[in-house]
Amino acid sequence: MSRMEQAMARVANPMRQVFVETVSAAMDTHPRLVVVLADITADAFTPASERHPDRVVNVGIREQCMIGVAGGLALTGLRPVVHSYAPFLIERPFEQIKLDLGHQDVGAVLVGIGGPYDDPVWGRTHQAPGDVALLDTLPGWTVHVPGHPAEVEPLLRSALTGDGRVYLRLSTQTNTSPQPALFGFRTLKHGRRGVVLAVGPVLERVLHATRHVDVTVLYAATVRPFDEAALRSAVLAADHADVALVEPYLAGTSAHLVNAALGHIPHRIRSIGVRRDLELHAYGRPADHDAVHGLDQASITAEIHTMFTQSTS
Amino acid sequence: MVRTKELDFPELAGLFQRMTGDEKHTWAAASTLHVLWVLYDRVLNVSPERVDDPDRDRFLLSKGHGPMAFYAVLVAKGFLEPEVLDTWTEFGSPLGQHPDRVLVPGVEISSGSLGHGLALGVGIALGLRAMGRARPRVVVLVGDGELDEGSNHEAIALAGRLGLGQLTVAVIDNGSATHGWPGGIAERFAVEGWQTATVDGRDDEALHRAFITEHAGRPLAVVAAIRQETT
Repeated sequence: MSRMEQAMARVANPMRQVFVETVSAAMDTHPRLVVVLADITADAFTPASERHPDRVVNVGIREQCMIGVAGGLALTGLRPVVHSYAPFLIERPFEQIKLDLGHQDVGAVLVGIGGPYDDPVWGRTHQAPGDVALLDTLPGWTVHVPGHPAEVEPLLRSALTGDGRVYLRLSTQTNTSPQPALFGFRTLKHGRRGVVLAVGPVLERVLHATRHVDVTVLYAATVRPFDEAALRSAVLAADHADVALVEPYLAGTSAHLVNAALGHIPHRIRSIGVRRDLELHAYGRPADHDAVHGLDQASITAEIHTMFTQSTS
Repeated sequence: MVRTKELDFPELAGLFQRMTGDEKHTWAAASTLHVLWVLYDRVLNVSPERVDDPDRDRFLLSKGHGPMAFYAVLVAKGFLEPEVLDTWTEFGSPLGQHPDRVLVPGVEISSGSLGHGLALGVGIALGLRAMGRARPRVVVLVGDGELDEGSNHEAIALAGRLGLGQLTVAVIDNGSATHGWPGGIAERFAVEGWQTATVDGRDDEALHRAFITEHAGRPLAVVAAIRQETT
C-alpha cells in the first residue's frame, strides 16, 4: 500500500484508527501489551514500534504463525493484541485459534477489520461473514461488535487489561452516534409487541425500521457473552414472545442463544443477517451487498413490519 | 508430588511398561528417548519445584504423538509420581495419547495436532526477549514428518530472521516424511539463518555437545538422526 493509500485508509477507517491510537498509547503504560501483525496495518504501528521495539512483532504474511506467536507470548504472561483482516485473522488460522490459544488455556485480543464486506471491491477473499459463527464453536470467547468509532476505545481498553480471549470486530459501517453502555444489552426503546435485538452497526437501521412499531429495541455492542437475562426480561415484559435478531454477519448466528434464553417460553425468532445460502460473486459497495442479504434499510423495515404489525401469534 | 531420588536411564524401561504393558524392549525404539533424556538430564534448567519460575527453560513437545517417553522422563525427573502412569489414557487420567499442559505440571504446551509447537516456541522466545529475560532457553521437539506442515516453515523463517538465539529446535529425523527432504533437514534451517548440527539421535554425548553449541544471535537446530536398524 502506498503512503497515499495508507492515508486514505486511515480517513476511511476511523475504527481502525481508534484501535491503532488506543493500543499505541496503552503500550506506554501497560508493559504486558505486545502487538502481533502480519503486515496489515504495520505502518500505522511504526511509532509504537520505535518506542517499544520488542513489543511490536510483524511476522510478515504468516497468519498461522501470527496466532501461534500470540499463544507463545501469552504463555510467558504477556497480553498479545493480534490484528488483520477478519478472514486472515479468524478463518485462515482457525486451528491455531482453537489450539494455540483456547487449548493452551491462554488469552489474546484479536482485532479484525473488513467484515462482513466493508470493501467489496476486493471480492469474496476479503470477506468474513462467518467469523462470529466460527468463534461460536469454541468456548470462552468475548465478542465485541462496536457500532461507532467512539465505542471502540472503551471496549478495547477493557480487553487490553483482561486475560481472556476477546474478538473485537471493527467495521467501516457505523451508526451516526455512539451508545454509552457497551457491555450487556442496552434497552433503547420499550414496546409491547415483541423485541428486536440490534448488534453493532445495524442499530440505526433497526431504530429507523421500528419508529412506528410498538417493540422493545435492545442494542448489543458486546454479543458474547450473550446477555440472556436482558433478552428474557425484555421478552417477558412484552405481550408477545417474538424476537427479531438483526446481526451484521451470518443470519441466525445468535439464534441458538436466543433459544437458550427463552428455553421455557414458547417464542418466535426471525433472524436477519448475511445469507447463508448464497455466495455473491460481485463487487460494488457494501450497500449493494446489504440489499441482496436483506440488511438494507428497506428490507429490515419490511421484515420488522411483517413480523410485528401484520402477523398474529 | 516431588520425590527426592531421581531415576536413571535404564529405569525408563519399567516406566514405559507401566503405560504400554510392553514386556519386550520396544520402549528403546522410541525415537525421542535419547533426545528427551539428554535434555532433561543434562541440558534444560528445569525442576519440579520451578514449574512456574519465569526464568526456567521451556521444553515444548510439538510432536505430541507417542508421548510415553516424555511421560517416563517426567516421572524419572520427579515431575510426576510413577503411579500415575498406570492410569495412562483412562478417563480422568492426566496422561493421554497427547499431552495436555492443563493436566500435567511441567508440560509447557498441549500438543497433538502437528505443526503448532514451533510458532508457540517463537512466541515464548519473543516474550522472554520483550521482558528482558535473556537466560532461559526454549527447546521445541519436532519430527521430520511434522515438518510437512507448512506452519513450521512460517516459524522457521521468522525465527531465523529475528535472530532468536534463545530458541532451539530438536528435529527427530527417522525418515517418516512421505516425500522426504532432499538435501537434508538441516539445510532447511540453515538457509533461514539458523545454526545447525546433525548428529546420531541415540548418541547421548553427541546430542549433548550439539545442544550446548554456542549459537549467539541465531536459533539452533539439532537434527537427531534415528536409524531404525540400530534399535
